[in-house]
Amino acid sequence: MIIAQRKPLEEIKNMLSGYKNILVAGCRTCVTICWAGGEKEVGILSSQLKLASSGERNGLSILEATVERQCEKEMVIDELGDKVPEVEAILSMGCGAGVQTVADIFEGKPVFPALNTTFVGMPEKEGAWVEMCGACGDCFLDRSGGICPVVRCAKGLLNGPCGGTRRGGKCEIDPEKECAWVLIYRRLEKQGRLDLMRKYYEPKNYRAVKRPGRVKAATA
Amino acid sequence: MAIRFREALRTKDFIVTAEAGPVKGANTQKMLEHIELLKGRVDALNVTDNQSSVMRYPSLGTCLLIKEHGGEPILQITCRDRNRLAIQADLLFAYSRGVDNVLCLTGDSIDVGDHREAKPVFDLDSVQLIYLVHTLNSGKDMAGSELDGGVDFCIGASATPSADPIGPQLVKFQKKLDAGVDFIQTQAIYDLEELKGFMEHARKMDKRVKILAGIVLLVGAKMAAFMNENVPGIFVPQHFIDELAQAPKGTGLSKGIEIAGRLIREIREKKICDGVHIMAIGREEKVPEILEAAGL
Repeated sequence: MIIAQRKPLEEIKNMLSGYKNILVAGCRTCVTICWAGGEKEVGILSSQLKLASSGERNGLSILEATVERQCEKEMVIDELGDKVPEVEAILSMGCGAGVQTVADIFEGKPVFPALNTTFVGMPEKEGAWVEMCGACGDCFLDRSGGICPVVRCAKGLLNGPCGGTRRGGKCEIDPEKECAWVLIYRRLEKQGRLDLMRKYYEPKNYRAVKRPGRVKAATA
Repeated sequence: MAIRFREALRTKDFIVTAEAGPVKGANTQKMLEHIELLKGRVDALNVTDNQSSVMRYPSLGTCLLIKEHGGEPILQITCRDRNRLAIQADLLFAYSRGVDNVLCLTGDSIDVGDHREAKPVFDLDSVQLIYLVHTLNSGKDMAGSELDGGVDFCIGASATPSADPIGPQLVKFQKKLDAGVDFIQTQAIYDLEELKGFMEHARKMDKRVKILAGIVLLVGAKMAAFMNENVPGIFVPQHFIDELAQAPKGTGLSKGIEIAGRLIREIREKKICDGVHIMAIGREEKVPEILEAAGL
């Protein structure tokens, strides 16, 4: 899923400076799961913004809504369509795709992002998520024991670890992180498939997805 | 004129190279002094490429200075700052100006340097870079187009004998040898038993390639401890840190020179590998003293 984190309150306040009536729009999909932009977070951020503006002459007036999937046009229109005419601006708590979907639909209104979208990942433990996929368009996982070197190696190397690996198989940039290539080595060794790592892999095709990306389902 | 490095690799019993770290700035005076001091004492001078991801005078520019002053440069190229177009273009430029030794490296992470918000490139990795140089040597570029005016690089790569675990590093090392390299310069070595173990593996993989052990000058106990924490791929054993700590105040550097000399002497006398690569990191003027301490 898509992982995101909320921007600092100060940055959000600065974005909204000058607007008095806003809609804070959350999303019930990925950003709910990663505790960043679901219904609960919409409530918290709205309260914080109201509190922060309470000393001003005209306090902030906020409508709250949470869309099932903010990256789907119909759902956005259904959930937000009647609220948007009442506000000057929209603060989206969706991922980057959600923010842009909302901005495309309500072209006349400024739409601001409350989150920083960080990566495609999964939960590591309670309240922590790790990056798993770089959406490179040319999946390498069959050759690397199901561990992605494109994003889990800090340098995205395809032919094994760099020389900076720390003692104990930790990453050069962070002693808390495992070297992806040490993990790959251990898994392939366990499966008796180390030959996969011994093979040479050609430079990656960075145009596997032509940016900006657009794909069609085979059946469409 | 120094003898060509590729000739030294072929003919000399014990090869010595030293690192020349570029300065931060356009004042080349200090580098020129180092070049003058070292060009007749070592078989080649390696020039680092934004070492430790700290922006400096370029590797290629320094290599040209070495060439102009009658020395033999080894161009270090990392994959961190340039994509495949830029790397190929730089290699063509280097070769056209007589710089024809290249050390192919992945490059330290942006995160350890002084421009930490920069976009890391890593379009290629070090193994792919070795293949790229071979492709250029064959008269073509990576896209398969013919080059007007070919190149003939002497190709080197690095290895990390003190890696833990060593298994994944040996797989990568084997790939570098399979790609075809003329020489290997290892990361810093302090434990000669570890180096011997690595050399046993290496000789089984390839008898021909020349392997130079990396010797990093220690200048004091604090610096050694700092390097262990902060410099990727360097592991200084505690007994050397203790030896440096016990040296009388103000003599840490002399002790470091003595340790480096001792390591080189033993590597040479016991024929552990084919030579050494001395990295004095900012103390290039001390390289002659290290050579003297080593009996070279």
